[in-house]
Amino acid sequence: MTVRALLRPAQYLALAAYILFLGFPLLWLISASVKSSGELNSLSVNLLPEQWHWDNYADALDRQGLIHSAGNSLVVALVSTALVIVIALPASYVLARLKGKVRAAGVGWILTSQVFPVVLVILPLFLILRTLGLADSLAGLTLVHTTYTLPFALWMLQGYVTAIPVDLEEAGAMDGAGRWTVLRRIVFPLLMPGIVATAMFSFVSSWNEFFFALVLLQSPENYTLPITLNMFIGGEGKVALGPLAAGAVLAAIPSIVFFTLLRRRLTSGLMAGAVKG
Amino acid sequence: MTLAAHTRAPAPAPAPRKRKGSQGRARRREAITLVMPSLIPILVLSVAPLVMGLALAFTDARLVRHPDYGFTGIDNFTRLAENGFFWDSLRIGLIWTVGVTVLQLAAAMGLALLLNSGLRLQGLTRVLALIPWAMPPVVVAIMWQMIYSANGGPLNAFLGSIGLPGDIDWLGDFTTALPAVIVVGVWVGMPQTTVTLLAGLQQIPQDLHEAASVDGAGAWRRFTAVTWPSLRPIIASITSLNFIWNFNSFSLVYVLTEGGPGGKTMVPVLFIYLEAFKNRNIGYAAAMGLVLVIIIVALLAIYLRSQFRDDNAGRGR
Repeated sequence: MTVRALLRPAQYLALAAYILFLGFPLLWLISASVKSSGELNSLSVNLLPEQWHWDNYADALDRQGLIHSAGNSLVVALVSTALVIVIALPASYVLARLKGKVRAAGVGWILTSQVFPVVLVILPLFLILRTLGLADSLAGLTLVHTTYTLPFALWMLQGYVTAIPVDLEEAGAMDGAGRWTVLRRIVFPLLMPGIVATAMFSFVSSWNEFFFALVLLQSPENYTLPITLNMFIGGEGKVALGPLAAGAVLAAIPSIVFFTLLRRRLTSGLMAGAVKG
Repeated sequence: MTLAAHTRAPAPAPAPRKRKGSQGRARRREAITLVMPSLIPILVLSVAPLVMGLALAFTDARLVRHPDYGFTGIDNFTRLAENGFFWDSLRIGLIWTVGVTVLQLAAAMGLALLLNSGLRLQGLTRVLALIPWAMPPVVVAIMWQMIYSANGGPLNAFLGSIGLPGDIDWLGDFTTALPAVIVVGVWVGMPQTTVTLLAGLQQIPQDLHEAASVDGAGAWRRFTAVTWPSLRPIIASITSLNFIWNFNSFSLVYVLTEGGPGGKTMVPVLFIYLEAFKNRNIGYAAAMGLVLVIIIVALLAIYLRSQFRDDNAGRGR
């Protein structure tokens, strides 16, 4: 009986430890983003700032390149998301509805594509893009992000397609609707939640992506936000810790917002095959 | 929609249909048209580079404006066999990968069990648990650099306040750098594992637990006899995926330490990146990449085989 009485408090204690571990780092980053440089360099360590120093945010935005590279990131993420949806939607339908070898090959590729280290792919990819004249360009990076989000987008979308009963399509065909009409009128509307979830996921993948951008982009005017932030760490970041923290907070906001919106779908376990950066 | 069902191994598409010859051909043509837009970028930017990468491994290619290279057979691999730095980095990579994967699983299992036991604060915990997953790796690295900071970092301040040494340079010290980076890896990867395990836990029928309770099984016994075996397939797949992802993960370590101090956190992916883009030996770097793939596939095969064997043994009882 005593063991049982102690169980709940012990569980809450463990939960509190998890909450601290998961939440504290972000809290600290936010706190650093509103501290003055004097306070950041002093030896006293407090979570709450002595005085709120919002100037860091203005400083971060003022800094050469941060807004510009956020714009680059936004364009790459939006265009690659749109491309992913447009080309993955029809293919995922085929993947879900056809049986046999096509499906086996498709699913097989989706799974194997996870195994190969991008570091092996990046070398020839760099050469191919250089041949196509797309190295060091946002267009090239957009295509790369599209291609490398595709497998997972296909996987996600075909899951949603299989949830739509085939009878529904057959009923539509019975009523004399052509195949395209069936797809447009019946299948795609029902897929809307799946499309939204996949789009948000693609956006976040591209917005967060670091490795391809690091290798493929060379001119500072093409840098995406993660690359600019990384430059910032080495150089001025050592001195301007507050603005660096502020920039980091700003960069994380879109991803956190989208993931919070995606929460219910993430909890469903569909994301078991998510792609990592 | 029962989405969780889709996390299982892909089942064959439902509803087989009758097909007549000409209709079947039309169908196939249509399928190809629908798949093509996805297939082309994958072939050009994913399959082709992969094949080229494998081929590069047997050349002495260098990353220069006008490359002039030739086939060198297995030269790269014999050179690699004697490259102590590469094998060092491989050892570090294995410590990093196994460390992160195992700790991730343990931590995620604990949290998933807590989230499944009807406590309060669930909503908060679930949202918090998503944050590490959502954040850009660069931001994660910036954040943890601040946590680990040698002077003025909260970790040292906390340790100092409870009487422990409070002046450790976590990411700069030879002994602490790798463990410190592993903790960040666990922090980043834990949420996804938790969410997956939680979905699995919620599928275990309540009856099983009740039956075990009636038989007088305690909490630990119920975990080993009911929970763990039911989660078995999910654990095997998420662990395999985590293993691959952690082995291939680059951004976090690159931004946190750049492989330092003194190469103590030089994971193989980072090592290959430097060989290719700093030393410009892309043929040699591709050979390293190929060795990496072989090692990953071999380790996965061993792991999955042992999982299967245990499964069959369990069923035989």
